[in-house]
Amino acid sequence: MEKLKNIISLTIDGQRITVQSGTTILAAARKLDISIPVLCHHPKLTATGACRVCIVEVNGIPVTSCTTAAEEGMEVITASPYIENLRRDIIDLILSDHPYDCMVCERAGSCELQELAYKYQIRTPVFRGERRIYPKRDGNPFIERDMEKCILCGRCVKVCDEVQGVGAIDYAYKGFQTKICPPFERDLSCEFCGQCITVCPTGALVSKPSLGKGRQQDIRKVATICPYCGCGCNLTLHAHKNEVIRTSSPKDSINEGWLCVKGKFGLSFINSPDRLKTPLVRKNGVLVEASWEEAFTYTADRLKQIRDTRGPDAIGGLSSARCTNEENYLFQKFLRAAVGTNNVDHCARY
Amino acid sequence: MAGLATVFGSGAMTNSLAEIENNDALFVIGSNTKENHPIVALRMIKAVRKGAKLIIADPRRVPLVRFAHLWLQQRPGTDVALLNGMMHVILNDGLTDSAFIAERTEGFDENFRKNIGECTPESAEKITGVPKEKIVEAARIYARAERAGIYYTMGITQHSHGTDNVLSIANLALMTGNLGKESSGVNPLRGQNNVQGATDMGCLPNLFPGYQRVTVPAVRRKFEELWGVKLPEHEGLMANGMLDAALEGKLKALYIMGENPVLSDPDMSHTKKALSSLDFLVVQDIFMTETAALAHVVLPATSFAEKVGTFTNTERRVQRVRRVVDAPGLAMKDSHIIMELSGRMGYSMPYHHTEEVFQEIGKAWPAMAGISYSRLDEEGGLQWPCPTADHPGTPFLFKNGFPRGKAAFSMVQYTPSIEQPDAEYPFTLTTGRMLFQYHGGSMTRRVAPIEQVAGEPYIEINPEDARDLAVTNGTVVTVASRQGSLTVKAQVSARPGRGVVFIPFHFREAAANVLTSSKGLDPICRIPSLKVTAVRIEKT
Amino acid sequence: MSSQPIEIKVCLGTSGSAAGGEEVLRMFQHRISEQGIEAQIGRRCTPKKVGCRGFCSRDVLVDIIRDGNKTTYQSVTPIMVERIVQDHIVGGTAIAEWTVTDEYASFHEKQHKIVLGPCGEIDPESIDEYIAMQGYLAARKAMTRMTPDDVIDEVVRSGLRGRGGSGFLTGEKWKVCRREEQHPKYIICNVGEVNRPLAEGNPHAIIEGLLIGGYAICASKGYLYIRERYHRSVERLRIAIEQAREKGFIGPNVFGTGFDFEIEFSFGTEAFICGEETALMESIEGKRAMPRVRPPFPAVQGLWGKPTVINNAETFSNIPIIIGRGGEWFSSIGTKESKGTKVFTLSGKVRNNGLVEIPMGMSFRDIVYGIGGGIEGDKALKAIQVGGPSGGIIPTSMLDLGLDYENLAKVGSIVGSGGMVVFDEDDCIVSVTKFYMEFLQRESCGKCTPCRVGTRRMLELLTKITEGTGGDEDLRTLERLSGVMAATSLCGLGRSAPNPFLTSFSHFKDEYLAHIRDRKCPAGVCTALIIFSVNEEQCKGCGLCKRVCPAKAIAGEVKKIHLIDPDRCIKCGACFRACKFKAIKKQ
Ligand SMILES: Cc1cc2nc3c(=O)[nH]c(=O)nc-3n(C[C@H](O)[C@H](O)[C@H](O)COP(=O)(O)O)c2cc1C
Ligand code: SF4
Ligand code: SF4
Repeated sequence: MEKLKNIISLTIDGQRITVQSGTTILAAARKLDISIPVLCHHPKLTATGACRVCIVEVNGIPVTSCTTAAEEGMEVITASPYIENLRRDIIDLILSDHPYDCMVCERAGSCELQELAYKYQIRTPVFRGERRIYPKRDGNPFIERDMEKCILCGRCVKVCDEVQGVGAIDYAYKGFQTKICPPFERDLSCEFCGQCITVCPTGALVSKPSLGKGRQQDIRKVATICPYCGCGCNLTLHAHKNEVIRTSSPKDSINEGWLCVKGKFGLSFINSPDRLKTPLVRKNGVLVEASWEEAFTYTADRLKQIRDTRGPDAIGGLSSARCTNEENYLFQKFLRAAVGTNNVDHCARY
Repeated sequence: MAGLATVFGSGAMTNSLAEIENNDALFVIGSNTKENHPIVALRMIKAVRKGAKLIIADPRRVPLVRFAHLWLQQRPGTDVALLNGMMHVILNDGLTDSAFIAERTEGFDENFRKNIGECTPESAEKITGVPKEKIVEAARIYARAERAGIYYTMGITQHSHGTDNVLSIANLALMTGNLGKESSGVNPLRGQNNVQGATDMGCLPNLFPGYQRVTVPAVRRKFEELWGVKLPEHEGLMANGMLDAALEGKLKALYIMGENPVLSDPDMSHTKKALSSLDFLVVQDIFMTETAALAHVVLPATSFAEKVGTFTNTERRVQRVRRVVDAPGLAMKDSHIIMELSGRMGYSMPYHHTEEVFQEIGKAWPAMAGISYSRLDEEGGLQWPCPTADHPGTPFLFKNGFPRGKAAFSMVQYTPSIEQPDAEYPFTLTTGRMLFQYHGGSMTRRVAPIEQVAGEPYIEINPEDARDLAVTNGTVVTVASRQGSLTVKAQVSARPGRGVVFIPFHFREAAANVLTSSKGLDPICRIPSLKVTAVRIEKT
Repeated sequence: MSSQPIEIKVCLGTSGSAAGGEEVLRMFQHRISEQGIEAQIGRRCTPKKVGCRGFCSRDVLVDIIRDGNKTTYQSVTPIMVERIVQDHIVGGTAIAEWTVTDEYASFHEKQHKIVLGPCGEIDPESIDEYIAMQGYLAARKAMTRMTPDDVIDEVVRSGLRGRGGSGFLTGEKWKVCRREEQHPKYIICNVGEVNRPLAEGNPHAIIEGLLIGGYAICASKGYLYIRERYHRSVERLRIAIEQAREKGFIGPNVFGTGFDFEIEFSFGTEAFICGEETALMESIEGKRAMPRVRPPFPAVQGLWGKPTVINNAETFSNIPIIIGRGGEWFSSIGTKESKGTKVFTLSGKVRNNGLVEIPMGMSFRDIVYGIGGGIEGDKALKAIQVGGPSGGIIPTSMLDLGLDYENLAKVGSIVGSGGMVVFDEDDCIVSVTKFYMEFLQRESCGKCTPCRVGTRRMLELLTKITEGTGGDEDLRTLERLSGVMAATSLCGLGRSAPNPFLTSFSHFKDEYLAHIRDRKCPAGVCTALIIFSVNEEQCKGCGLCKRVCPAKAIAGEVKKIHLIDPDRCIKCGACFRACKFKAIKKQ
């Protein structure tokens, strides 16, 4: 009985659906695969209700579907001409205060605003007028903050406070001049987790080290795991040619799509010019480049020699907490089966 | 890990990261979670925002303290006293879970209770410096919570009595029945991406893959059969044992894959001396590390982005690593290098694909038998034990009992750390990580923006100590221990308490491990006491 | 000592103080004691401060009550005190030329002072005077003889609607909050700009109303949300709270009923949006004042996430009256759907500026011509703007409309929290609209798109029109924008922001078109659209215009006709005002 009380049934665009009470209209519509555009809504953050593009019609009145809970018997229309026109005009208003520079925007191709402009085919806005111009750019090395592109959805403010617990940025000023910035408009100085980049729907917040390194369509994305701490965060590495230029993370991962500064910005070591590229063998006291054949032969010969003269326990191996399971398995197998010793350990087991 | 294995019969995080947000109480001890496990910290913050109570025990005011209901600033190395004090309160207040104790544990006997009975909050206050009211409150919050989880890292283990610390933590959880259920447990947070995996895979001198003892004949026979070769019968040397053996001339060759002990092990000069005394040192790495520089042969390996395989994270979750880019130059996959060497040593390892290795792991260790690459691709990650192809994996352990039958209480008494401050070395140094850098820095220090914001070593000194030393922010000081000395800039900070200083160990130019001691090893785990070193500080 | 003391009441409301009321009061006290007046005439003289009685355009107002006769002096300055003391207080003869005129009577005659009644009569800093006029009796009655539900029923019966803006039924709001099971609950009094006279003149009524409301919904704490800048209001409310606490009317166990109630101040920031109830709650919680989405409504999830009632100070001031005299009585005042009275600040081109309280349903004609005394300089009335910055503009043709919630809604306006501005023939309706839009776009909190960007775009378009560069399509764009903003803005600010435009455009379309099509501003206000020139027939060549022109745009020799160089003219109108012969034309 108790359970039944919490079940609600409503219709959306003529389709019936039952949901748990407290479910928003947006969530209910998504269950029906009805898509409603959003800009400020983010599934991992509390509702904001700021952008207003997710409006739907209930009893002839537009309500924001991301904040309005479904009610018993509700009849929702998600895309009447009335609603679609209002929506179009809201997007138009946002675009009227947006730099038209998608051609150099890092977010082009994955920008939620660009997507909506495309969907509603808004080439030049009807509502034309002054645009906010902000000369100052932030000097921090990680996050490019171009507040002229900010649509004030508030996602960054929420993620920084609600998820990251830092609160490095907030709204400042009011009216048309409302702006999101660190206190006193100082340069950002925070944990640089980049969560704000992850949630920003536009090019207002992007990864600074990635600027100009590759467009969306030229990028390969590969899912893998972060090489740093033991959290095992899921990464999506964005590679352009043979360079890893950016990182993101899937929303439904164990890390819920969030990363820390190391996972988000700390992977350029992969393409570091310092990487070891050839085997080195010490000759006359100095390490000199060698072929693999030479290195293998030399190594195997020396190990065999030591095993044969001093016994297998004169050899040991230290393995790595950064290598894969398979490599670690092979490593201990090598020492145990090929060398014949249990002298195997890894430095970081404590 | 030996600690947990003793108590439960297996050593790993008992519960999952996702469960954290549903805890009612969290006890974080010896873990700077917000900096070292930032994503775990996010779950903790979420739990707090949902109403959970967070207790933090740490000698430093770590960033997570901002979210805590209670912060216990114990003196470094006094964790056992603190934990025993808390257990005293729980016993006294009758907050133990007697049903759990009776059914699922052993060793909760007269002696154990007597030992705890002697550890009053008053005596704990004397040792730890934590006011007894706080000890009482922490004990009550933890014990009264329906679901309470304990989280710890190196702050607990890297001590001359690290195993005692772990056993003590286990006692606390057992006493209150916080095991074998969701959102609770004893949870060591692993510091590196695949420590769990390296341990699981048997890169340990006493254990085969899957925590199977090398000294048990039946086990050995199984592996001999699997690998088709006769295997050694006695346990091997632990890492620091190998270094000692090298110095003694007993160990002649060392093969190091992807580690940099010169920087990450205690007492750098000792490590260097040991490695230099080897006849043959092979280092396989992606960068020319301090350790590689000492090698006879350096083999260029591949980074995680250039190979396929699996990592196992701190919550026992096996996940897929995939190739994104090509390795630079002639760099070769680690597995190929090992296979090639093995073949040339007369033992061929004819794998055609990495997954074949993975399948073999499943044969060697039933807990992973149910996991396959295709399942991982589809399901995204599986937590061992996962014995069969239709098993969903195990988010939390010990639901239906402990591998060793009943979990054992252990009597633990506080023993002071070996490194004690004295007139000559009046400060207690603790080492650790900072948010922006990682380990020996071979990766993060090559990332320009990271270097820009956090590229300099420092020593954190409490403002009052700084005043006494006439040191301000940026003053260069010499820090000397019984092992060595270094110079570094001071950062005056309220994070450490009086008499405690902190140096991150990422920086070769001020390598904290020049100072630490390789002597104060834990008697069981042989873990060095990286968290407590007596030092002296002087202005230069 | 023979008869009654002589009472001297000096208006020390905001306007009275601004006009020098403090000085006047001090002068009375000084004169009376220094010259030993009491001994001289053998009676006590008690100068005291009272709150505003509304007739602010003639401040400082001083009442002398001598032998039961009240004489009111207007525009009193400190130098006048000496003569009032000598002639009137000592001599017993009022100074006729200084007393108020008939206007003062007609100003008051048509009003119906329920909440403003005691203002200007009692000393706002004395709880005893408040108690003497049955103060706190209603609270005692509510708490000792009525259940919370009885109280709510009484308020429902009264038909009282919120005086802060939307006009929501107060009793219904309380009922919803009362039903909520979560505790603690909070009750907030929103003390806005227009409520200052109430807070200054009769603060205890607000406190008592808040107390009764708190009891009705079972709140444990009440907040007075007010801007710190309203020093006098804050001070008087603070004194009132202290006095009430001393008497045990607030604090633990009020009236021995076991009901505990505390009242605390919360100081708002200088932003219009702080008046919006959810933004106000954010502000109390220490966050930036930005409205929250609704639902959940504050009555369910308000301050700190707990059920909360928020009402305007005037709403609360009505509560003791309703409980005291009964909801039935209250509902006999006003119209079918709008009960009771409403306080307005009447301003603009009306003769009697000031604070007025009218019964709901009174016609605009009665307000402007009856209470207001007509238009200054007997110019023609053009429009009335009611409801604050986002209210509607009502044309002369609707003068006979009765002011209540329904009628105003019908004509696209709102009652709002109590502003009423009168415009005459010299006012340009487009400029007036632009002025309000200027305010609204500046005060938009910036949270939601339609309001943040929409108000700015509307302002830009209105500016274009006043500058003579607008086109017909701009009017269509304005209408379209209005539609989007009204339908989709998050809070009342954005939703009502188009009101001034929509109402003015529907009633003064010609004036808009004149700006656009003829490039003319009929009222001669929009500088870009007016040209100053010299009427050669009337010019006497005195040269005054030349001297006052700051732009050196006028040339001409003495006794000869002067000329204005249109390229140099900055249209400041200095010459127009200066010319004694009306020889400057404004077109
Ligand atoms: C932009 C905006 C400004 C407001 N300003 C005030 C104000 O100054 N005073 C006030 O009492 N109500 C103001 N309100 C209305 C309040 O939000 C709220 O409805 C009122 O305080 C409720 O009290 P009532 O029901 O007694 O009217 C404002 C509303 C909006 C949207
Ligand atoms: S910076 Fe991006 S995330 Fe932040 S408010 Fe602007 S558009 Fe939204
Ligand atoms: S309507 Fe205006 S004031 Fe209200 S929330 Fe939106 S931007 Fe803020």
